[in-house]
Amino acid sequence: MILGLEFPPISHVTEWPTWFGSGPFAVNKVVFLMWVSVALVFGFLYIGGRQQALVPRGVQNAAEVTVDFVQDSIILQTIGPDGLGFTPFLLTLFTFVFTCNIWEIVPGVQMPVNARIALPAFMAVLVWFIYHTVGIASQGPFRYFKSAVFPPGVPWYAMWLVAPIEFAQILIVRPLSLAVRLFANMIAGHLLLVSFAVITQALFEATIVGAALPFALLIALTAFEVLVAFLQAYIFTILAAVYIGGAMHPEH
Amino acid sequence: MLQLLAQQAEGELVEGLTAVGRGIVYGGAAIGPGIGIGLVVGNAITAMARQPEAAGMVRTTMFLGIAFTEALALFGFVLAFIISG
Repeated sequence: MILGLEFPPISHVTEWPTWFGSGPFAVNKVVFLMWVSVALVFGFLYIGGRQQALVPRGVQNAAEVTVDFVQDSIILQTIGPDGLGFTPFLLTLFTFVFTCNIWEIVPGVQMPVNARIALPAFMAVLVWFIYHTVGIASQGPFRYFKSAVFPPGVPWYAMWLVAPIEFAQILIVRPLSLAVRLFANMIAGHLLLVSFAVITQALFEATIVGAALPFALLIALTAFEVLVAFLQAYIFTILAAVYIGGAMHPEH
Repeated sequence: MLQLLAQQAEGELVEGLTAVGRGIVYGGAAIGPGIGIGLVVGNAITAMARQPEAAGMVRTTMFLGIAFTEALALFGFVLAFIISG
């Protein structure tokens, strides 16, 4: 007899029933987790910023490490010292994306908020607005679009190929890839964990010994997903910083 | 009766071909980024081994390169779900 494996359809692992409200204002588990993330990030940064002990401990220590990380390995590496004014925005972005991602491996919750496209798409559009605004404010609208669409150093006969690509990139490709990268990474991780959980359960019912291997892999993949959650938050923030930096300092 | 059977067979054929198409889309989309990420990380490791003091800068650039390369595979992943028979 072939062991039948009932695999849940993808709508069952990413769609959650509505708790209350309707239409675009419906509240379900994912929306609720987003609110919890907002509260957690706000509380973390507020408490960490209010305590001003000379030797940081506890929450203040963690908050200061996060600020240092965002400043040293994201902003200074990509924008430079004059991008430090963007610390509040990028810090919030990093902590919020990470908090939304880490729900993926919290037992009993296990649903990354970013596995629905809505939140990544919104944050990508926000970044899109900000880097265009920064570019227009620091270079003026004409110079900004000229330097973005017609990169200097490209020979004139290649410009007809480069200019449309650059134009599409700053208008569509950047926000699209920013949103899809985060979304697809989180949903892929979620599906991976679901798959191994389902396989473990099916094998556990058949043979207990046979379930050991997929269960060990499930544990290993959970640890891997912590890395992915952090890395995706890091990459999202660093790309936002790169786009802002590119708008501030035109190539020359 | 025969027509009904033919319709059913056609439905199953479409379903099967959709599954094959999804596999081809994701598998095809993973080839290039696989090679690309290998090149990016390999060269970043070479650079770090040659100049350990520049490791921080190389690592940041490496993650950027990975992110840009990886996006193509992820587009394939999302497209594989979008395809429906």
